[in-house]
Amino acid sequence: MSEIIKVKDLCLWYGSSQALKNISMDIPERSITAFIGPSGCGKSTFLKTLNRMNDLIPDVKITGEVKYDGRNIYGPGVDVNDLRREIGMVFQKPNPFPMSVYDNVAYGPRTHGIRSKAKLDEIVEKSLKNAAIWDELKDRLKKSALGLSGGQQQRLCIARSIAVKPEVVLLDEPTSALDPISTAKIEELIDELKREFTIVIVTHNMQQAARCADVTAFFYLGNLIEVGQTMQMFSTPNDRRTQDYITGRFG
Amino acid sequence: MKKNGMSARRRAYEILMRGAMYLAMGITCALVLFLIFYVLIKGGANITWELLSTTPSYLSGRIGILPDILNTLYIIAATLVIVLPLGVGAAIYLTEYAENKKVVGIIEYAAETLSGIPSIIYGLVGMLFFCQFWGMKTSLLAGALTLVIMNLPTIMRTTQESLKSVPQSYREGAFGLGAGKWRVIRTVVLPSSVDGIITGCILSLGRILGESAALLFTAGFAHALNGFFDGLTSAGATLTVALYVYAKEQGEFGVAFAIAAILMVLTLLINLTATLVGRYFKKRRDI
Repeated sequence: MSEIIKVKDLCLWYGSSQALKNISMDIPERSITAFIGPSGCGKSTFLKTLNRMNDLIPDVKITGEVKYDGRNIYGPGVDVNDLRREIGMVFQKPNPFPMSVYDNVAYGPRTHGIRSKAKLDEIVEKSLKNAAIWDELKDRLKKSALGLSGGQQQRLCIARSIAVKPEVVLLDEPTSALDPISTAKIEELIDELKREFTIVIVTHNMQQAARCADVTAFFYLGNLIEVGQTMQMFSTPNDRRTQDYITGRFG
Repeated sequence: MKKNGMSARRRAYEILMRGAMYLAMGITCALVLFLIFYVLIKGGANITWELLSTTPSYLSGRIGILPDILNTLYIIAATLVIVLPLGVGAAIYLTEYAENKKVVGIIEYAAETLSGIPSIIYGLVGMLFFCQFWGMKTSLLAGALTLVIMNLPTIMRTTQESLKSVPQSYREGAFGLGAGKWRVIRTVVLPSSVDGIITGCILSLGRILGESAALLFTAGFAHALNGFFDGLTSAGATLTVALYVYAKEQGEFGVAFAIAAILMVLTLLINLTATLVGRYFKKRRDI
């Protein structure tokens, strides 16, 4: 497996408090990488540095480099909008726009210049099918997306983010607001998606990481403690703190 | 005594206070109803088709308020056309673009102060600045520009409030798909805050309709019948100003009351529209 994202010595400050300390790790292509760790450990912050969503927060300072496709995304001349088209994001709380299901999925493609109705129809259908929600929604494409259930909204958001054909999809605790059945559906979906996309998922649910991820990274207090193959991480962790966390001694 | 848990004194006190509140409510209602019916009855009797559809003539002694009605519409249109893009634009800048929160705070505070200033002061400044310094003379345009300054804070603040009420998650979602700043604002933020902007508009509309002090100085008293663009460059009285002129300077109280009744009905309609529009957009957002 080759690496699609390479992070080196990444530090991040919110004002004067340091949230990430010298993170270096690689994200393998076409696989699922999970970030685990207790609340406030920096896993979500780190995820957001990968497509520069932290740019939206004032007073954030970042040093080090994140190389995507061989290019430092914090370097000069990088178009953030192009970057985010290639590295998409799904958020903790489902956040469909207050528009129809169709317009939600078509939002990204339209943003990037696709106007043809036939082409958009095709993208919407394909994306909804990929997100395993086409059968549920095909008869209500013109209805408001806000009327869907939480689980459907989240799968719609996944469809929306893959509609722009990204390389990488970042998922920030995508199931934490959902019930167990919706969660299972999304996990199944993620497993399907890794054939086409590189998936990075933040989760506070260790079973979820163990079930889905190929690679798992454990964060604690802004440090990356350990990263490795999920099987190995959960059976024979190298670091004492990892072991304490996954055996539920703190968290 | 203990049985009903209240001493006679306390009970008397309760009854007294309840009575006092009823009285306060009764007086308030009576005043409002009296005012409405007094104006509607006195004014309604004086509204004739001739009054609404003609211009005044000193030769025949005819009084008509058609020019004043048109002037009012012109000034409303001109003011809104200028104040809307300015106010909404400023609000978008302050909430979406501005980085320095301190400066934003100062501007918001200034805007709030500005909206509390008595309108006659705007009139005075408008007269000196627009009519004299900019050489617009006494004209509807000078009046409209004065009203623009007066209503700018209202439009800006209401728009800002509704922009702030748009969930941050919508913006994040759109940015996460690679949309640029302006696209996010145009396609996601603005559509979700249309109801607030419309409410601000209607509030301003009511204020423009009811304004007289600022217009006495800047727009003048003429009753000539003009088209829109000619009207803007010439002096003209709006309904409120005409009301003042007819009542105070010509002693035509019947006409003044007729105008008052018309203004009251218009205000009622505007408030009703505001409520309905607000409800419509809220519903549309919640489907």
